[in-house]
Amino acid sequence: MATPNTPLWEVFIRSRNGLAHKHVGSLHASDATMALQAARDIYTRRGEGLSIWVVPSTAITASDPAEKGMMFEPAESKIYRHPTFYEVPEEVGHM
Amino acid sequence: MYTQALNTAETDDRGLEDAAKAAQFQTRIDAEERIEPNDWMPAAYRKTLTRQISQHAHSEIVGMLPEGNWITRAPSLRRKAALLAKVQDECGHGLYLYAAAETLGTSREELVDAMLAGKAKYSSIFNYPTLTWADIGTIGWLVDGAAIMNQIPLCRCSYGPYARAMIRVCKEESFHQRQGYEIMLTLCRGSDEQKAMAQDALNRWWWPVLMMFGPPDATSQHSDTSTKWKIKRFSNDELRQKFVDATVPQAQYLGLTIPDPGMIQDADGHWRYSEIDWTEFKQVLAGNGPCNRDRMAARRKAHDEGAWVREAAASYAAKRAQRRTAQAAE
Repeated sequence: MATPNTPLWEVFIRSRNGLAHKHVGSLHASDATMALQAARDIYTRRGEGLSIWVVPSTAITASDPAEKGMMFEPAESKIYRHPTFYEVPEEVGHM
Repeated sequence: MYTQALNTAETDDRGLEDAAKAAQFQTRIDAEERIEPNDWMPAAYRKTLTRQISQHAHSEIVGMLPEGNWITRAPSLRRKAALLAKVQDECGHGLYLYAAAETLGTSREELVDAMLAGKAKYSSIFNYPTLTWADIGTIGWLVDGAAIMNQIPLCRCSYGPYARAMIRVCKEESFHQRQGYEIMLTLCRGSDEQKAMAQDALNRWWWPVLMMFGPPDATSQHSDTSTKWKIKRFSNDELRQKFVDATVPQAQYLGLTIPDPGMIQDADGHWRYSEIDWTEFKQVLAGNGPCNRDRMAARRKAHDEGAWVREAAASYAAKRAQRRTAQAAE
C-alpha cells in the first residue's frame, strides 16, 4: 500500500536577535505543533535559532520565474530612484 | 521557495522538449547560475537529480543502522552521547535531502516507498557489518571522510536546493569525521588488543570505502551529462585519489597499515593504490552484500511499525480541523 502524504511546511528561523526570520528549508508534519517540534529537531540542533515560524507550503503564492523580466522591469528602468542619479557639488560635502 | 505547487504546471512540456529552452538552460548552467525548482529544466535533468538526491537521502537513513548498532554498547557516556548525536545528524541529513528531492516533483512518500520496494538504491557501504567498536571509529574517519570528499563539490551543484542542503550537511559532517578519528586514536594508543581491533576494522573497511566513489571513470554511466549539467564537478577517480592522498598520512599517524601492499607514492606525491575488486562492488549493489537483507528488513520493519503513529497524527489533525470548522460555523 502506498504511504499517504503528510502536509508540507516551510520553515523560517530567526538566527539572532535583531535579524529577520529567514527561510531554511521544509519538512512534513500533520499539524502545526508537530511541524514546530520537527523544525526544532531538524533545523536547530546547533543553536541556529531563537525563533521558528512554520507555514503550510500551500499557503505560499510564488511569482513565476518565467515572468521575471516583466515582473521586475519597473525596478530596472527607474534609475532616478537611486541617490547616485542626482548631482551634488563636491563643495557641499557628504549628503 | 520549496513549494511544489508551480511544478505541476510544467508537466505538459516535459514530453516535447523545446530545443531553444534546452539551449537557454545550458547557457544558464555554463554561466554558473543556480537552477531553482520552478525554473524550466530538461526532463532528464529532473530525472537524474531525483535519482541522485533520493539515493543520497536513502543512504543517510540506512546509514543510521550500522552505527545505531553500537549506541547501547558505546564504551563510555561521552562516546555514547557523541554517537547518538551523530546518528541523529544522519537522520537530519536524510530529511534535508528528501526535502531537496521533493522540489523536483516527487513526494517523499513516493521516494521512501520506492526504496522500501527495493526499486531505489542506497550507498553500498552500508551493507557491511559493524562487528566491533573500532568499526564506529573507522566509519567516522573513513566513510564520513569519503562522504565529505564527495559532498564538498556538491555544495556548488547547479541545482539550488541540493547545493543548499549539501552546505548544511558538510558543516555537520566535519564533527563526524573528527569523532571517528578520535576513537581510532584512542584505540591505537591503547592496549595491543585495542590497536589490533583498530587495524582489523581498517582492513575490512578500506576497499569498500574506496568503492564509495563509484565505478572507474572509464565505465561510469552517469558522468558525462552530470558533468555537462554541473551536477558533478570532479570525476569518481579524481575524488578517490584526493581521498587516498588525504588518508594515507592520517593512517601513518595512527600507526596503522593500509591493507594494500602494492601501494606506492609516485613522483608527484600521489599514493597509487592497487586494482579495486569491482566484482565485489557489483555483488553488493546487486543485493548480495553481507547485510543487504538485514538493512532492508530493518527499514521495512521501522516503516510498518511507525504506520500507527502517522495514522494517529493525521486523524488528530483532521479532528482538530473539523472542530475549528464547526466552531467557525456556530
